[in-house]
Amino acid sequence: MTGENVLDYPFDQPKALEAPREWAEARATCPVTHVRMPSGDVAGLVTGYDEARALLSDPRFNRRLDHEGAARTSTTEDGGMFNRENKALSQMMSEGHRRYRRLISPAFTVKKMEAWRPRIQQMTDELLDAMLAKGAPAELRAEFALPLPVRVICALLGASAEDQGRFAHWSDVLMTTTKYTQAEVDEARREFEAYASDLVEEKRANPREDLLSELTQISDSEDGRLSHAELISTVVGILVAGHETTSNQIVKMTALLLEDRQLYEAVIADPSLVPGAVEEALRLDPVGGLGIPRFISEDIEVGGEPVPAGTTLFVNLSAADRDERKFPDADRFDPCRPNAQQHLAFSAGPRFCIGQTLARVELQVVLDTFVRRLPELRLRDDPDALRIRTGVVATGLEELWVTW
Amino acid sequence: MKITIDEELCCASGLCTVKAGEVFDQRDEDGIAVLLAEAPAAEHHDAVREAAAVCPAAAIHIME
Repeated sequence: MTGENVLDYPFDQPKALEAPREWAEARATCPVTHVRMPSGDVAGLVTGYDEARALLSDPRFNRRLDHEGAARTSTTEDGGMFNRENKALSQMMSEGHRRYRRLISPAFTVKKMEAWRPRIQQMTDELLDAMLAKGAPAELRAEFALPLPVRVICALLGASAEDQGRFAHWSDVLMTTTKYTQAEVDEARREFEAYASDLVEEKRANPREDLLSELTQISDSEDGRLSHAELISTVVGILVAGHETTSNQIVKMTALLLEDRQLYEAVIADPSLVPGAVEEALRLDPVGGLGIPRFISEDIEVGGEPVPAGTTLFVNLSAADRDERKFPDADRFDPCRPNAQQHLAFSAGPRFCIGQTLARVELQVVLDTFVRRLPELRLRDDPDALRIRTGVVATGLEELWVTW
Repeated sequence: MKITIDEELCCASGLCTVKAGEVFDQRDEDGIAVLLAEAPAAEHHDAVREAAAVCPAAAIHIME
Protein backbone atom coordinates (compact mmCIF):
# COMPACT_ATOMS: atom_id res chain seq x y z
CA MET A 1 0.00 0.00 0.00
CA THR A 2 1.18 3.54 -0.64
CA GLY A 3 1.88 4.79 2.86
CA GLU A 4 2.77 8.44 2.37
CA ASN A 5 -0.73 9.77 1.87
CA VAL A 6 -3.68 8.45 3.90
CA LEU A 7 -6.99 9.80 2.60
CA ASP A 8 -10.02 10.40 4.79
CA TYR A 9 -12.77 7.94 3.94
CA PRO A 10 -15.50 7.90 2.72
CA PHE A 11 -14.44 10.57 0.21
CA ASP A 12 -16.10 13.94 -0.11
CA GLN A 13 -18.54 14.17 -2.94
CA PRO A 14 -19.26 17.74 -4.02
CA LYS A 15 -21.85 16.52 -6.56
CA ALA A 16 -24.13 13.74 -5.35
CA LEU A 17 -24.56 12.10 -8.77
CA GLU A 18 -20.89 12.24 -9.74
CA ALA A 19 -18.39 9.69 -8.49
CA PRO A 20 -15.69 11.07 -6.16
CA ARG A 21 -12.58 11.80 -8.25
CA GLU A 22 -10.52 9.76 -5.76
CA TRP A 23 -11.96 6.50 -7.16
CA ALA A 24 -10.36 6.96 -10.56
CA GLU A 25 -7.19 8.34 -8.95
CA ALA A 26 -6.91 5.34 -6.62
CA ARG A 27 -7.50 2.92 -9.51
CA ALA A 28 -4.79 4.58 -11.57
CA THR A 29 -2.29 4.62 -8.69
CA CYS A 30 -2.24 1.14 -7.17
CA PRO A 31 -4.49 -1.83 -6.40
CA VAL A 32 -4.77 -0.99 -2.68
CA THR A 33 -4.98 2.58 -1.34
CA HIS A 34 -4.58 3.61 2.32
CA VAL A 35 -7.69 5.27 3.79
CA ARG A 36 -8.70 6.52 7.24
CA MET A 37 -12.13 5.44 8.49
CA PRO A 38 -14.49 7.70 10.50
CA SER A 39 -13.18 5.85 13.61
CA GLY A 40 -9.62 7.03 12.87
CA ASP A 41 -8.39 3.51 11.98
CA VAL A 42 -6.58 2.90 8.71
CA ALA A 43 -7.75 0.34 6.15
CA GLY A 44 -6.97 -0.55 2.55
CA LEU A 45 -9.31 0.43 -0.27
CA VAL A 46 -9.84 -1.69 -3.39
CA THR A 47 -11.21 0.11 -6.45
CA GLY A 48 -10.41 -2.10 -9.49
CA TYR A 49 -12.98 -4.49 -10.95
CA ASP A 50 -10.83 -7.61 -11.28
CA GLU A 51 -9.24 -7.19 -7.85
CA ALA A 52 -12.64 -6.50 -6.26
CA ARG A 53 -14.24 -9.51 -7.90
CA ALA A 54 -11.39 -11.83 -6.93
CA LEU A 55 -11.54 -10.71 -3.29
CA LEU A 56 -15.32 -10.96 -3.05
CA SER A 57 -15.20 -14.45 -4.55
CA ASP A 58 -12.54 -15.65 -2.10
CA PRO A 59 -14.31 -17.88 0.43
CA ARG A 60 -11.53 -17.42 3.00
CA PHE A 61 -12.51 -13.85 3.85
CA ASN A 62 -15.74 -12.22 4.99
CA ARG A 63 -17.15 -8.92 6.20
CA ARG A 64 -16.99 -9.66 9.92
CA LEU A 65 -14.52 -7.30 11.57
CA ASP A 66 -14.84 -8.65 15.12
CA HIS A 67 -11.22 -9.80 15.06
CA GLU A 68 -8.34 -8.42 17.10
CA GLY A 69 -6.73 -5.63 15.09
CA ALA A 70 -9.50 -5.19 12.53
CA ALA A 71 -10.19 -1.60 11.53
CA ARG A 72 -13.19 -0.04 13.24
CA THR A 73 -15.50 1.83 10.94
CA SER A 74 -17.74 3.84 13.20
CA THR A 75 -17.30 6.44 15.93
CA THR A 76 -19.24 4.26 18.41
CA GLU A 77 -17.12 2.30 20.93
CA ASP A 78 -18.04 -1.02 19.36
CA GLY A 79 -16.56 0.12 16.05
CA GLY A 80 -19.72 -0.10 13.96
CA MET A 81 -22.01 -2.68 12.41
CA PHE A 82 -19.22 -4.81 10.94
CA ASN A 83 -17.26 -4.94 14.19
CA ARG A 84 -20.04 -5.86 16.63
CA GLU A 85 -19.60 -9.24 18.19
CA ASN A 86 -22.35 -11.59 17.22
CA LYS A 87 -21.66 -15.28 17.63
CA ALA A 88 -24.50 -16.47 15.39
CA LEU A 89 -23.56 -14.03 12.65
CA SER A 90 -19.86 -14.85 12.86
CA GLN A 91 -20.67 -18.52 12.54
CA MET A 92 -23.02 -17.83 9.61
CA MET A 93 -20.38 -15.72 7.92
CA SER A 94 -17.44 -18.06 8.34
CA GLU A 95 -17.16 -21.84 8.48
CA GLY A 96 -20.92 -22.36 8.58
CA HIS A 97 -21.58 -20.00 5.73
CA ARG A 98 -22.10 -22.54 2.98
CA ARG A 99 -24.44 -24.62 5.06
CA TYR A 100 -26.34 -21.51 6.07
CA ARG A 101 -26.69 -20.25 2.49
CA ARG A 102 -27.97 -23.59 1.27
CA LEU A 103 -30.58 -23.57 4.00
CA ILE A 104 -31.98 -20.13 3.19
CA SER A 105 -31.47 -20.02 -0.62
CA PRO A 106 -34.57 -22.07 -1.47
CA ALA A 107 -36.73 -19.30 0.00
CA PHE A 108 -35.17 -16.77 -2.42
CA THR A 109 -35.22 -18.59 -5.77
CA VAL A 110 -35.97 -16.61 -8.92
CA LYS A 111 -39.31 -18.41 -9.29
CA LYS A 112 -40.39 -17.46 -5.76
CA MET A 113 -39.27 -13.85 -6.10
CA GLU A 114 -40.81 -13.43 -9.57
CA ALA A 115 -44.12 -14.63 -8.14
CA TRP A 116 -44.11 -11.41 -6.10
CA ARG A 117 -44.08 -9.19 -9.21
CA PRO A 118 -47.88 -8.68 -9.36
CA ARG A 119 -48.04 -7.82 -5.65
CA ILE A 120 -45.14 -5.40 -6.04
CA GLN A 121 -46.90 -3.82 -9.02
CA GLN A 122 -50.03 -3.36 -6.91
CA MET A 123 -48.10 -1.76 -4.02
CA THR A 124 -46.27 0.49 -6.48
CA ASP A 125 -49.53 1.66 -8.02
CA GLU A 126 -51.13 2.28 -4.61
CA LEU A 127 -48.22 4.40 -3.40
CA LEU A 128 -48.11 6.28 -6.69
CA ASP A 129 -51.88 6.92 -6.54
CA ALA A 130 -51.42 8.46 -3.10
CA MET A 131 -48.47 10.55 -4.26
CA LEU A 132 -50.38 11.84 -7.31
CA ALA A 133 -53.44 12.61 -5.18
CA LYS A 134 -51.33 14.82 -2.89
CA GLY A 135 -50.03 16.66 -5.93
CA ALA A 136 -46.68 17.94 -7.11
CA PRO A 137 -44.04 18.57 -5.97
CA ALA A 138 -43.39 15.39 -3.99
CA GLU A 139 -40.38 14.25 -1.99
CA LEU A 140 -39.91 10.89 -3.67
CA ARG A 141 -37.85 9.28 -0.90
CA ALA A 142 -40.46 9.76 1.83
CA GLU A 143 -43.58 9.42 -0.32
CA PHE A 144 -42.56 6.43 -2.38
CA ALA A 145 -39.01 5.07 -2.25
CA LEU A 146 -38.94 4.30 1.49
CA PRO A 147 -42.44 2.87 1.92
CA LEU A 148 -42.37 0.55 -1.10
CA PRO A 149 -39.47 -1.79 -0.19
CA VAL A 150 -40.59 -1.77 3.45
CA ARG A 151 -44.08 -2.90 2.45
CA VAL A 152 -42.61 -5.56 0.20
CA ILE A 153 -40.26 -6.91 2.86
CA CYS A 154 -43.02 -6.88 5.50
CA ALA A 155 -45.34 -8.83 3.22
CA LEU A 156 -42.55 -11.22 2.30
CA LEU A 157 -41.59 -11.92 5.92
CA GLY A 158 -45.14 -11.76 7.19
CA ALA A 159 -44.39 -8.84 9.52
CA SER A 160 -47.12 -6.35 10.30
CA ALA A 161 -47.03 -3.23 8.16
CA GLU A 162 -47.60 -1.22 11.35
CA ASP A 163 -44.11 -2.15 12.55
CA GLN A 164 -42.42 -0.47 9.58
CA GLY A 165 -41.53 2.75 11.33
CA ARG A 166 -39.92 0.90 14.21
CA PHE A 167 -37.51 -1.24 12.24
CA ALA A 168 -36.75 1.56 9.79
CA HIS A 169 -35.48 3.48 12.82
CA TRP A 170 -33.57 0.50 14.25
CA SER A 171 -31.80 -0.14 10.93
CA ASP A 172 -30.82 3.48 10.66
CA VAL A 173 -29.25 3.36 14.13
CA LEU A 174 -27.48 0.02 13.55
CA MET A 175 -25.93 1.29 10.32
CA THR A 176 -24.50 4.43 11.84
CA THR A 177 -20.91 5.45 11.28
CA THR A 178 -21.10 8.84 13.01
CA LYS A 179 -24.77 9.63 13.75
CA TYR A 180 -25.59 7.79 16.97
CA THR A 181 -24.04 6.97 20.35
CA GLN A 182 -23.09 3.52 21.61
CA ALA A 183 -26.00 3.59 24.08
CA GLU A 184 -28.45 4.29 21.26
CA VAL A 185 -26.95 1.46 19.19
CA ASP A 186 -27.16 -1.02 22.09
CA GLU A 187 -30.77 -0.11 22.77
CA ALA A 188 -31.76 -0.39 19.10
CA ARG A 189 -30.06 -3.75 18.81
CA ARG A 190 -31.79 -5.13 21.92
CA GLU A 191 -35.20 -3.94 20.75
CA PHE A 192 -34.69 -5.13 17.18
CA GLU A 193 -33.58 -8.61 18.25
CA ALA A 194 -36.47 -8.91 20.71
CA TYR A 195 -38.86 -7.90 17.94
CA ALA A 196 -37.35 -10.44 15.54
CA SER A 197 -37.48 -13.14 18.21
CA ASP A 198 -41.18 -12.48 18.84
CA LEU A 199 -41.88 -12.56 15.12
CA VAL A 200 -40.08 -15.89 14.78
CA GLU A 201 -42.05 -17.36 17.71
CA GLU A 202 -45.30 -16.15 16.21
CA LYS A 203 -44.50 -17.77 12.83
CA ARG A 204 -43.50 -20.95 14.57
CA ALA A 205 -46.84 -21.08 16.36
CA ASN A 206 -48.95 -19.99 13.38
CA PRO A 207 -47.10 -20.69 10.12
CA ARG A 208 -48.47 -18.85 7.10
CA GLU A 209 -47.56 -18.56 3.44
CA ASP A 210 -44.55 -16.34 3.99
CA LEU A 211 -40.81 -16.55 3.85
CA LEU A 212 -40.28 -16.41 7.60
CA SER A 213 -42.69 -19.30 8.21
CA GLU A 214 -40.70 -21.24 5.63
CA LEU A 215 -37.40 -20.43 7.38
CA THR A 216 -38.88 -21.32 10.76
CA GLN A 217 -39.79 -24.75 9.43
CA ILE A 218 -36.24 -25.21 8.10
CA SER A 219 -34.98 -24.41 11.57
CA ASP A 220 -37.33 -26.93 13.15
CA SER A 221 -36.73 -29.78 10.76
CA GLU A 222 -33.81 -32.19 10.89
CA ASP A 223 -32.61 -31.40 14.42
CA GLY A 224 -32.73 -27.62 14.23
CA ARG A 225 -30.51 -27.00 11.24
CA LEU A 226 -31.04 -23.26 11.55
CA SER A 227 -30.65 -22.18 15.18
CA HIS A 228 -32.93 -19.64 16.81
CA ALA A 229 -30.04 -17.16 17.04
CA GLU A 230 -29.30 -17.63 13.34
CA LEU A 231 -32.94 -17.14 12.53
CA ILE A 232 -33.02 -13.86 14.48
CA SER A 233 -29.86 -12.61 12.74
CA THR A 234 -31.43 -13.60 9.43
CA VAL A 235 -34.64 -11.69 10.13
CA VAL A 236 -32.73 -8.59 11.23
CA GLY A 237 -30.46 -8.90 8.19
CA ILE A 238 -33.37 -9.25 5.77
CA LEU A 239 -35.25 -6.32 7.30
CA VAL A 240 -32.18 -4.06 7.26
CA ALA A 241 -30.80 -5.07 3.88
CA GLY A 242 -34.19 -5.43 2.29
CA HIS A 243 -35.43 -1.93 2.71
CA GLU A 244 -32.65 0.62 3.03
CA THR A 245 -30.61 -0.44 0.02
CA THR A 246 -33.58 -0.72 -2.34
CA SER A 247 -35.08 2.57 -1.14
CA ASN A 248 -31.81 4.33 -1.79
CA GLN A 249 -31.47 2.73 -5.20
CA ILE A 250 -34.98 3.78 -6.31
CA VAL A 251 -34.05 7.38 -5.50
CA LYS A 252 -30.62 7.20 -7.17
CA MET A 253 -31.97 5.47 -10.28
CA THR A 254 -34.67 8.14 -10.67
CA ALA A 255 -32.17 10.94 -10.12
CA LEU A 256 -29.72 9.53 -12.68
CA LEU A 257 -32.43 9.15 -15.33
CA LEU A 258 -33.94 12.59 -14.75
CA GLU A 259 -30.62 14.40 -14.49
CA ASP A 260 -30.03 13.56 -18.15
CA ARG A 261 -33.69 13.57 -19.14
CA GLN A 262 -32.97 12.17 -22.61
CA LEU A 263 -32.34 8.87 -20.83
CA TYR A 264 -35.77 8.93 -19.23
CA GLU A 265 -37.37 9.86 -22.55
CA ALA A 266 -35.57 6.99 -24.27
CA VAL A 267 -37.08 4.53 -21.78
CA ILE A 268 -40.54 6.09 -22.26
CA ALA A 269 -40.16 5.62 -26.02
CA ASP A 270 -38.93 2.04 -25.64
CA PRO A 271 -39.96 0.34 -22.36
CA SER A 272 -37.94 -2.72 -23.35
CA LEU A 273 -34.97 -0.66 -22.11
CA VAL A 274 -36.25 -0.92 -18.51
CA PRO A 275 -34.14 -3.92 -17.43
CA GLY A 276 -31.00 -2.48 -19.06
CA ALA A 277 -31.59 0.92 -17.46
CA VAL A 278 -32.07 -0.73 -14.07
CA GLU A 279 -28.73 -2.58 -14.42
CA GLU A 280 -26.92 0.54 -15.60
CA ALA A 281 -28.29 2.54 -12.66
CA LEU A 282 -26.99 -0.19 -10.32
CA ARG A 283 -23.60 -0.13 -12.02
CA LEU A 284 -23.39 3.65 -11.89
CA ASP A 285 -24.45 4.03 -8.27
CA PRO A 286 -22.73 7.34 -7.55
CA VAL A 287 -22.86 6.98 -3.76
CA GLY A 288 -20.44 4.18 -2.99
CA GLY A 289 -20.28 4.69 0.74
CA LEU A 290 -17.71 2.58 2.53
CA GLY A 291 -18.05 -0.52 0.37
CA ILE A 292 -17.88 -4.07 1.66
CA PRO A 293 -15.24 -4.89 4.28
CA ARG A 294 -13.01 -7.93 4.12
CA PHE A 295 -10.83 -8.95 7.03
CA ILE A 296 -7.68 -10.51 5.54
CA SER A 297 -6.78 -13.39 7.83
CA GLU A 298 -3.73 -14.69 5.92
CA ASP A 299 -1.05 -13.12 3.71
CA ILE A 300 -2.33 -12.61 0.17
CA GLU A 301 -1.70 -10.56 -2.96
CA VAL A 302 -4.18 -8.12 -4.41
CA GLY A 303 -3.44 -7.09 -7.99
CA GLY A 304 0.15 -8.28 -7.46
CA GLU A 305 0.57 -6.22 -4.30
CA PRO A 306 1.27 -8.06 -1.03
CA VAL A 307 -1.41 -7.62 1.66
CA PRO A 308 -0.39 -8.97 5.08
CA ALA A 309 -2.64 -10.95 7.42
CA GLY A 310 -4.53 -8.66 9.80
CA THR A 311 -5.28 -6.03 7.16
CA THR A 312 -8.81 -4.72 6.80
CA LEU A 313 -9.77 -4.03 3.20
CA PHE A 314 -12.80 -2.17 1.92
CA VAL A 315 -13.98 -3.24 -1.51
CA ASN A 316 -15.78 -0.28 -3.02
CA LEU A 317 -18.28 -1.85 -5.39
CA SER A 318 -19.29 1.42 -7.02
CA ALA A 319 -15.68 2.33 -7.68
CA ALA A 320 -15.00 -1.10 -9.20
CA ASP A 321 -18.08 -0.74 -11.40
CA ARG A 322 -16.54 2.34 -13.04
CA ASP A 323 -13.35 0.55 -14.00
CA GLU A 324 -12.65 1.44 -17.67
CA ARG A 325 -10.82 -1.85 -18.14
CA LYS A 326 -14.10 -3.68 -17.61
CA PHE A 327 -16.66 -1.10 -18.75
CA PRO A 328 -15.41 1.10 -21.61
CA ASP A 329 -16.55 4.74 -21.29
CA ALA A 330 -17.47 3.70 -17.76
CA ASP A 331 -19.01 6.99 -16.59
CA ARG A 332 -21.56 6.96 -19.42
CA PHE A 333 -25.08 5.67 -18.68
CA ASP A 334 -25.84 3.23 -21.50
CA PRO A 335 -29.04 1.16 -21.09
CA CYS A 336 -27.83 -1.05 -23.97
CA ARG A 337 -24.36 -1.76 -22.50
CA PRO A 338 -23.79 -5.44 -23.30
CA ASN A 339 -21.96 -6.40 -20.08
CA ALA A 340 -23.75 -4.04 -17.65
CA GLN A 341 -25.17 -6.93 -15.66
CA GLN A 342 -21.68 -8.05 -14.68
CA HIS A 343 -21.57 -5.12 -12.24
CA LEU A 344 -20.72 -5.77 -8.59
CA ALA A 345 -23.57 -3.79 -7.02
CA PHE A 346 -24.78 -7.02 -5.39
CA SER A 347 -21.21 -8.22 -4.74
CA ALA A 348 -20.03 -11.56 -6.20
CA GLY A 349 -19.00 -15.01 -5.08
CA PRO A 350 -20.35 -17.09 -2.20
CA ARG A 351 -21.76 -14.03 -0.40
CA PHE A 352 -23.56 -12.60 -3.42
CA CYS A 353 -26.64 -10.63 -2.29
CA ILE A 354 -29.39 -13.11 -1.57
CA GLY A 355 -32.05 -10.45 -2.14
CA GLN A 356 -30.84 -9.38 -5.58
CA THR A 357 -33.71 -10.96 -7.54
CA LEU A 358 -36.25 -9.23 -5.32
CA ALA A 359 -34.42 -5.91 -5.62
CA ARG A 360 -34.28 -6.23 -9.40
CA VAL A 361 -37.99 -7.06 -9.63
CA GLU A 362 -38.80 -4.00 -7.47
CA LEU A 363 -36.57 -1.66 -9.49
CA GLN A 364 -37.94 -2.95 -12.81
CA VAL A 365 -41.56 -2.56 -11.68
CA VAL A 366 -40.86 0.95 -10.38
CA LEU A 367 -39.15 2.20 -13.53
CA ASP A 368 -41.69 0.56 -15.83
CA THR A 369 -44.52 2.18 -13.84
CA PHE A 370 -42.87 5.61 -13.79
CA VAL A 371 -42.38 5.73 -17.56
CA ARG A 372 -45.97 4.55 -18.15
CA ARG A 373 -47.72 6.72 -15.59
CA LEU A 374 -45.40 9.71 -15.17
CA PRO A 375 -44.14 10.72 -18.61
CA GLU A 376 -43.71 14.30 -17.34
CA LEU A 377 -41.66 13.33 -14.28
CA ARG A 378 -38.88 15.86 -13.66
CA LEU A 379 -36.43 16.93 -10.94
CA ARG A 380 -37.67 20.02 -9.13
CA ASP A 381 -34.17 21.15 -8.20
CA ASP A 382 -30.85 21.56 -9.91
CA PRO A 383 -29.03 18.17 -9.71
CA ASP A 384 -26.04 20.01 -8.21
CA ALA A 385 -28.20 20.82 -5.16
CA LEU A 386 -28.81 17.14 -4.32
CA ARG A 387 -27.31 16.04 -0.99
CA ILE A 388 -25.94 12.69 0.12
CA ARG A 389 -27.05 11.17 3.44
CA THR A 390 -23.96 10.99 5.60
CA GLY A 391 -23.11 9.13 8.79
CA VAL A 392 -24.62 5.75 7.83
CA VAL A 393 -23.21 2.68 6.08
CA ALA A 394 -25.86 2.42 3.34
CA THR A 395 -25.77 5.63 1.46
CA GLY A 396 -28.35 7.43 -0.55
CA LEU A 397 -29.67 10.90 -1.17
CA GLU A 398 -31.18 12.96 1.66
CA GLU A 399 -34.22 13.71 -0.47
CA LEU A 400 -35.37 13.96 -4.06
CA TRP A 401 -38.08 16.44 -4.99
CA VAL A 402 -39.91 15.68 -8.21
CA THR A 403 -42.69 17.26 -10.27
CA TRP A 404 -44.86 15.82 -13.06
CA MET B 1 -21.21 -26.95 -26.79
CA LYS B 2 -21.08 -28.82 -23.50
CA ILE B 3 -21.84 -27.21 -20.12
CA THR B 4 -20.91 -28.09 -16.58
CA ILE B 5 -21.93 -26.39 -13.33
CA ASP B 6 -19.55 -26.28 -10.38
CA GLU B 7 -21.97 -26.91 -7.54
CA GLU B 8 -19.31 -26.04 -4.97
CA LEU B 9 -19.08 -22.52 -6.41
CA CYS B 10 -22.76 -21.95 -7.28
CA CYS B 11 -24.26 -19.27 -5.00
CA ALA B 12 -27.88 -19.92 -6.01
CA SER B 13 -28.39 -16.51 -7.62
CA GLY B 14 -30.64 -18.05 -10.28
CA LEU B 15 -29.36 -15.54 -12.86
CA CYS B 16 -28.67 -18.39 -15.29
CA THR B 17 -32.36 -19.32 -15.24
CA VAL B 18 -33.22 -15.72 -16.11
CA LYS B 19 -30.79 -15.67 -19.03
CA ALA B 20 -31.39 -19.19 -20.37
CA GLY B 21 -34.48 -20.74 -18.82
CA GLU B 22 -34.52 -23.60 -21.32
CA VAL B 23 -31.08 -24.73 -20.22
CA PHE B 24 -30.87 -23.92 -16.48
CA ASP B 25 -33.16 -24.41 -13.50
CA GLN B 26 -32.83 -24.03 -9.72
CA ARG B 27 -33.18 -27.01 -7.38
CA ASP B 28 -36.06 -26.57 -4.96
CA GLU B 29 -34.19 -27.97 -1.99
CA ASP B 30 -31.11 -25.69 -2.02
CA GLY B 31 -31.48 -23.21 -4.90
CA ILE B 32 -28.41 -24.63 -6.67
CA ALA B 33 -28.38 -24.45 -10.48
CA VAL B 34 -29.14 -27.60 -12.44
CA LEU B 35 -28.83 -28.31 -16.15
CA LEU B 36 -31.89 -29.11 -18.23
CA ALA B 37 -29.58 -29.78 -21.19
CA GLU B 38 -25.87 -30.57 -20.96
CA ALA B 39 -25.42 -30.04 -24.69
CA PRO B 40 -27.97 -27.38 -25.60
CA ALA B 41 -29.18 -26.75 -29.15
CA ALA B 42 -27.47 -24.04 -31.17
CA GLU B 43 -30.28 -21.52 -30.72
CA HIS B 44 -29.51 -21.40 -26.96
CA HIS B 45 -25.75 -20.93 -27.25
CA ASP B 46 -25.74 -17.12 -27.02
CA ALA B 47 -28.04 -17.19 -23.99
CA VAL B 48 -25.83 -19.80 -22.32
CA ARG B 49 -22.71 -17.70 -22.92
CA GLU B 50 -24.47 -14.73 -21.38
CA ALA B 51 -25.55 -16.82 -18.40
CA ALA B 52 -21.94 -17.86 -17.84
CA ALA B 53 -20.76 -14.25 -18.13
CA VAL B 54 -23.24 -12.88 -15.57
CA CYS B 55 -22.90 -15.78 -13.13
CA PRO B 56 -21.74 -14.00 -9.95
CA ALA B 57 -19.94 -17.11 -8.78
CA ALA B 58 -18.30 -17.97 -12.14
CA ALA B 59 -19.74 -21.46 -11.67
CA ILE B 60 -20.76 -22.19 -15.29
CA HIS B 61 -18.12 -23.79 -17.47
CA ILE B 62 -18.59 -24.01 -21.23
CA MET B 63 -16.66 -26.25 -23.61
CA GLU B 64 -17.20 -25.23 -27.22
